[in-house]
Amino acid sequence: MSDGQAWHEIILATLKANDVKLVVYVPDRVFTPLIKAIHADPFFTTFSATREEEALGIVTGAWMGGMRGAVLMQTSGFGTIPNALASLVVPSQIPALIFVSERGTLGEFNLGQAMVCKTMRPVLDSLAVENHTITRTDELGFIVDRSIKQAVATQAPVTFILSPLLTGGKVFAA
Amino acid sequence: MTATTTAHNAKVMNRFALTKRLTGQLKHEEAVIGGIGNANFDLWGSGQRPQNFYMLGSMGLTIPIALGVAIAQPKRHVVALEGDGSLLMQLGCLATVAMLKPTNLTMLVWDNGIYQITGGQPTASASAADLVAIARGAGIASSAWAADEEDFDKLVAAALVGGGPTLIAARIDDKPGVATTDRDPVRIRASFMAGLGVKR
Repeated sequence: MSDGQAWHEIILATLKANDVKLVVYVPDRVFTPLIKAIHADPFFTTFSATREEEALGIVTGAWMGGMRGAVLMQTSGFGTIPNALASLVVPSQIPALIFVSERGTLGEFNLGQAMVCKTMRPVLDSLAVENHTITRTDELGFIVDRSIKQAVATQAPVTFILSPLLTGGKVFAA
Repeated sequence: MTATTTAHNAKVMNRFALTKRLTGQLKHEEAVIGGIGNANFDLWGSGQRPQNFYMLGSMGLTIPIALGVAIAQPKRHVVALEGDGSLLMQLGCLATVAMLKPTNLTMLVWDNGIYQITGGQPTASASAADLVAIARGAGIASSAWAADEEDFDKLVAAALVGGGPTLIAARIDDKPGVATTDRDPVRIRASFMAGLGVKR
């Protein structure tokens, strides 16, 4: 399914194929090629939010207005959204598509990032939010495509955790 | 005149009375997003329009939700009802709104200077922060204090024409909300989507 495409090309194509027009992000260096490509494609409405929970609120409103939306954030940003998930997205049954660029593992150099990373999966599991850690480009398209369809069909959010194994991650400079 | 109305000389009004004045002006199935707590309670008390959404948690996300609806349905006007404490929790959303400039979004801010529902503790707007000045500073040029009820009506009428985004702030008293919302988030969401003509 990947046909030599880069991870960000696969995600962009899969969002388009599933009519996900709105992409709201809080920037992350790893996401840079995806964010650039989405900005360059007139199919998408895309912009930065000032905070991750704000981005979730925006895609919630858009879904209720009939437009599918995804949010992009870094691991540390995930740490700001449990309340928005638990008190808005999950109980209102909003199929928010949450992409997290994973930091805090596989070579992390910042202890703060490493600690937030440890909270991410337990939070998602405790809320019974479907989450997939994606490590391989050959599985990426299948996982994202099927999960978007499931999110919409079952009216539930889904989180895609993009491992450094997939994206290369952020490397310690020193 | 709105140009000279400030947080300090604006008349202290009543949220429920103003909410009714707002909904009385809604003639085109405008969407209304009610913020958590008393903003919601008075919206519910003013009558349950199918295009009303009542936010039960997620304090601070009223304007982001309204912005999302405004993006998805550019031909429909969307009104957010937010309290001072809630807005102070998520001020960054004003900068996002200003950046996107949705012409179909109006934000009403009820400022009583207290976290009313948690026991009346003072908010920063009671003594220092001017929410209209903050909105203007964020880039929302069309931001004003309502001087009195008549001025509120005029500001709302002008905002509903479009050309926004617009922020209208009103100083209000500390009277509690007049009703209590239904608390079934799925039913509220489904009813709102049906009211907006969205299947799912």
